[in-house]
Amino acid sequence: MSEYIIKNGHVFDPTQGIKGDKADIAIKDGKIIKDSEVSSKAKVIDAKGKTVMAGAIEIHAHIAGPKVNLGRIYRPEDKLFTYQSTTANTRMAGGFSIPTTFKTGYEYAKMGYTTAMEAAMPPLFSRHVHEEMRDTPIIDEGAYPVFGNNWFVMEYLKNKEIENTAAYCAWLLRATKGFAIKLVNPGGTEAWGWGLNCLSVDDPVPYFDITPAEIIKGLIEANEYLGLPHSIHIHPNNLGNPGNYTTTLDTLKLSAGYKAKNKFGREQVMHLTHTQFHSYGGDTWANFESKAKEIMDFVNKAKNVTIDTGNVTLDETTTMTADGPFEHHLTELNHLKWANVDVELETAAGIVPYIYSPSISVCGIQWAIGLELALMAKDPMRCFITTDHPNAGPFTRYPRVIKWLMSNKARQDQIKAFKNSDKVVSATNIAGMDRELSLYDIAQMTRAGPAKSLGIPSMFGGLKPGMDADVVVYDFNPDKPSAPDQIEAAFSRAAHVFKSGIEVVTNGEVVNNGHKRTLWVNAKTKENPQVMRDVQEKFIKYYSVTQANYEALGHHIVPNPYAIEVDATQ
Amino acid sequence: METVTITMKNPPALYLEADNICPDKFAGKTALQIADLHVFEGNTTSTIGKYFDVSGNAGASAADTKIVVKGDVKKVKYIGMKMSAGEIGVEGSTDLYAGAWMTGGKLTVKGNVEAFAATGMKGGELVIEGNAGNYLGAAYRGDWRGMSGGKILVKGNAGSDVGMYMLGGEITINGNVDVHVMTHAEGGKVIIKGNAKSKLGGQLVDGTIIVYGTIDVMMPGYKPIGTVELEVDGAKSKFAHFIGDTGERKKKRKGQIVYGNLYKKV
Amino acid sequence: MTKTMTDVVCPFCGTLCDDLEVVVSDDGKQLKEVYNACVIGTEKFLHSQTKDRITRPRLKQPDGSWKEVSYDEAVEYTAQMLANAKKPLMYGWSSTNCEAQSVGHEIAEMAGACVDNTAAVCHGPTVIALQDIGLPSCTLGEIKNRADRILFWGCNPAHAHPRHMSRYSIYPRGFFTGKGQKSRKMIVVDPRVTDTAKLADVHLQVEQGRDYELLNAFRVALNNEWLPDVVAGIPAAKIREAADLCKNGRFGIIFFGMGVTQTLSKNHNIDEAIALTKHLNEFTKFSIMPMRGHYNVTGSGEVLGWQFGFPYSVDLTRGFARYNPGDTSSIDLLARGEVDAMFTIASDPGAHFPISCVKHIAKIPSVCIDPHQTPTSGVSKLHVPVAFVGVEVGGNAYRMDNVPIDMRKVVDPPAGMLTDEEFLTKVRDRLKQLKGKA
Repeated sequence: MSEYIIKNGHVFDPTQGIKGDKADIAIKDGKIIKDSEVSSKAKVIDAKGKTVMAGAIEIHAHIAGPKVNLGRIYRPEDKLFTYQSTTANTRMAGGFSIPTTFKTGYEYAKMGYTTAMEAAMPPLFSRHVHEEMRDTPIIDEGAYPVFGNNWFVMEYLKNKEIENTAAYCAWLLRATKGFAIKLVNPGGTEAWGWGLNCLSVDDPVPYFDITPAEIIKGLIEANEYLGLPHSIHIHPNNLGNPGNYTTTLDTLKLSAGYKAKNKFGREQVMHLTHTQFHSYGGDTWANFESKAKEIMDFVNKAKNVTIDTGNVTLDETTTMTADGPFEHHLTELNHLKWANVDVELETAAGIVPYIYSPSISVCGIQWAIGLELALMAKDPMRCFITTDHPNAGPFTRYPRVIKWLMSNKARQDQIKAFKNSDKVVSATNIAGMDRELSLYDIAQMTRAGPAKSLGIPSMFGGLKPGMDADVVVYDFNPDKPSAPDQIEAAFSRAAHVFKSGIEVVTNGEVVNNGHKRTLWVNAKTKENPQVMRDVQEKFIKYYSVTQANYEALGHHIVPNPYAIEVDATQ
Repeated sequence: METVTITMKNPPALYLEADNICPDKFAGKTALQIADLHVFEGNTTSTIGKYFDVSGNAGASAADTKIVVKGDVKKVKYIGMKMSAGEIGVEGSTDLYAGAWMTGGKLTVKGNVEAFAATGMKGGELVIEGNAGNYLGAAYRGDWRGMSGGKILVKGNAGSDVGMYMLGGEITINGNVDVHVMTHAEGGKVIIKGNAKSKLGGQLVDGTIIVYGTIDVMMPGYKPIGTVELEVDGAKSKFAHFIGDTGERKKKRKGQIVYGNLYKKV
Repeated sequence: MTKTMTDVVCPFCGTLCDDLEVVVSDDGKQLKEVYNACVIGTEKFLHSQTKDRITRPRLKQPDGSWKEVSYDEAVEYTAQMLANAKKPLMYGWSSTNCEAQSVGHEIAEMAGACVDNTAAVCHGPTVIALQDIGLPSCTLGEIKNRADRILFWGCNPAHAHPRHMSRYSIYPRGFFTGKGQKSRKMIVVDPRVTDTAKLADVHLQVEQGRDYELLNAFRVALNNEWLPDVVAGIPAAKIREAADLCKNGRFGIIFFGMGVTQTLSKNHNIDEAIALTKHLNEFTKFSIMPMRGHYNVTGSGEVLGWQFGFPYSVDLTRGFARYNPGDTSSIDLLARGEVDAMFTIASDPGAHFPISCVKHIAKIPSVCIDPHQTPTSGVSKLHVPVAFVGVEVGGNAYRMDNVPIDMRKVVDPPAGMLTDEEFLTKVRDRLKQLKGKA
């Protein structure tokens, strides 16, 4: 494998506390090595006057699987006039809010993202998720199977059987080649099986006689029992409704008293995702307002919690979530086309296009809330930038979100451009916030922070010798004054991107398709005959596929599997 | 206004995609430069000059440019796609997507057009002296934003799916139409001087359909509410008035439910 | 001695039953018996064992006779045909695995071809309707566990999807449907008294070509609005009763088939059926699902979807993907004479397309890749027989509810035969050379 030395760049690496100092980064055999160990054959990359960071990590995006593809299929108009032709190194690539798999890989790589997590994998469809990930080039990927409305989980937790829950979770992670325990609208999506919902953490789930709070606490306990790399990853109840911040606080409070138990350096027990959609005050759309401060006051104090933002990018996009009842609610509001998939014993999903129009005050307020969350974060190692792609906007807008976070002027310009800017200003705190995030903050929020939260800090998110050589060079000089649009331009097209030591992007163009891997978690538990009997029984009675064909779902289709081993037998 | 005349000399073996035959693309170019613009036959890229004789230079802007298309262009697609100003006159018949996504200017076709003419039209004028194919003035697949402005006149007949997802503008058909008119529309008007078949205004939220001839089968979601006198093109006539689609979602204006209107001459 | 293989997946219809048991000879070369499958599925397995099977490619000679050629010669013919065509059509894909489809798409992208699957003649209108207003749906296990209102609209599962009613929709006892058939009310809408209709609690014998009006009338009834006395041959009172029956259930489902997708109004029938489903969700829980025909037509749509963004009728000729049935759809392309080479795989347009299309296929260079001799192989210049997917080779397939299932290999193909994927890979590699990309 090639050797490289990236010379004289301004390095931002939170794992070593390097804050823009000039340093050389050396790469050999796919890993970062000490610059003294590199041979004379190493190719020199001149990074003088440029920014150098580790590859960025996407902690939450909907980029592969059944609902993503249904979104692609049912929105031909999302592709219209967007297509890029085949090139020497790339397949043809198209789509705006739901790009094709090829485009997904290329666009992440061009921005310097080298690892991404698919945020909701329905277990029954895991093979589909893996097939799409195989066709998403360059980036390493993992996927979170959903557990929050799973019949096994609800039945075990109704009886407080943590060990059985953990054994089942470990079995399902193996069967689906999944990465973490995801909850989406716990209990509410099962209620949607009957057209109902759970809007608070105490709403009982029909028939199952359990509450969302019990599901959440039970899965925290099971997760820590197993000692998985990531914590539970939760999309709480009551998404998208005015006044929902109280449900969010109730959810966050369920983390109290739990401490992370794992060997991966992870400190949180709960990751709360796309927090923007859960930080709403008011009780109607007319008096809708930001409660970002109330949420961040709690998050800043709770060291065992991490969050991501879910920034609204003010685009026409496609919402898609395993929160089935929410999507039905949304189609009743905007009357746009509604797709829904209820998945036996496990989950559901819905899809509705949405236009975040700068002419609508609610959209402006949502835009402000997402930014406020990041700007109020006291610990950038616990607050990560996402757009909940494609829900609040496509991931290709990350450079624009970074511009808004790094430049007060860019924010003020956008506020002025809103049709109802006074309404936006009066319902939010954004106008008076002058904090401008530094490149070091950004490196924490997009690299080191997500890596730590996901339990993969030894591989990703930094530039320490021994770590995977995922390295990005941006054509951005932190020593020189810059216009906000230069930030966006630099982060849109990285000058150089290395993935596992292979140069995959040069001057914003894909030059190599790399060697993408699938990350999954192999948690070994003690033999649990009861759980295996329960699994067998449910397949015979209630599933529509046989157990043998279900267990085959994730096998031998997974591209370059990379298993993270967890031993929970003790 | 400057006139560019292009005359088909070598008809394609398959079909030709010629979205560059458009005042916006010709503007500011000489005849030689226009002959160099790309056209596509299947997977091969070629030039306008290979298929057409080009004479005359274009005006400085689209608005100053008139294109006259002569010869057999029955197998040429996309003429006038996305045109924003100026004029195109096609002396014969043409294929799919005539005037698709046009926003302004005037496109006249002496003969017939095939399907998808004026897809997603936003403005301007399309006149078809012969017949129109299916999906005239309709939305592109999957889009809920169909024709939103401009005028279409068809002197002959039109196919099925006229004005699907229409939001605004006006379509007049002097002849007959096939099934499905203004499906899913939320605005705009379609006037049919000849006969209609069935499935008029299905799933229509708002909009107006006026039929002078017969309707084979009415949609059940249209409720008869009496007769009215209407003035269309300066002439007054009596029409039976129906409101619908009563099965579809309805909007409210000032507390009142707004229905779509279907008028049939009595 | 024999051995029995379990959890075998049936490569016939979109029901994709995965509980078959197949008995094979100890050396894995002969297939003896098939259990649990329907009559059609059983035949599909046994058919692979016929003695007169064609096992090598055949090239049609000027006098109309066939000459056996090697796979390498077949690869050369196919690659040359695709390299030289201005607008080749690559049609079929519905009876092969996703792995083969994926290689086929690489070829299509390189060749600047149109790619289309059999949705073009069955559920294409369903896709168009899905794109226009969405699709509230679910997996088949949801029906089994929850559904108490089952509508079959323009479909006849008793004949076309023989195990559908016993596995998923009518008879099984699920979690919330412990009384099986007794938990459910069954409504059939069909102009004919089919064997499915005979089982129904309510049979609405709709007038041919008036499904759109009847569906609309259901919605008018839900809104308690005025209705004409009779719609589509059904008295208004009966329509209101049926609408109430749907509304009063706890979980309903509409299954529909070619009786509505391929009759007058086509996509609009489905569009209004989906609108009715959405409408019913204001009162209770309702879903809708197409009864997909070929066992992996759904998979073809999925793979095309994630690779190009469109599930059928995809035109790649200009180096980027476009989609618009009516323009980019196989029947239109052939009937209008838009294509100059025809590549058919895993389907039989010769039997299902209008005669004008088949005549055009006969006029242009053509290749047919299919284990069987079919009307399409008969009209093509080159016939390439391949191994049976789901019998002689595994691979991924998607059920009618989009659930992916891994097909299983149960016996070896005859010696020296290639699979779809192997043959396509050779064509791809040769085409790369021809295009100077290798």
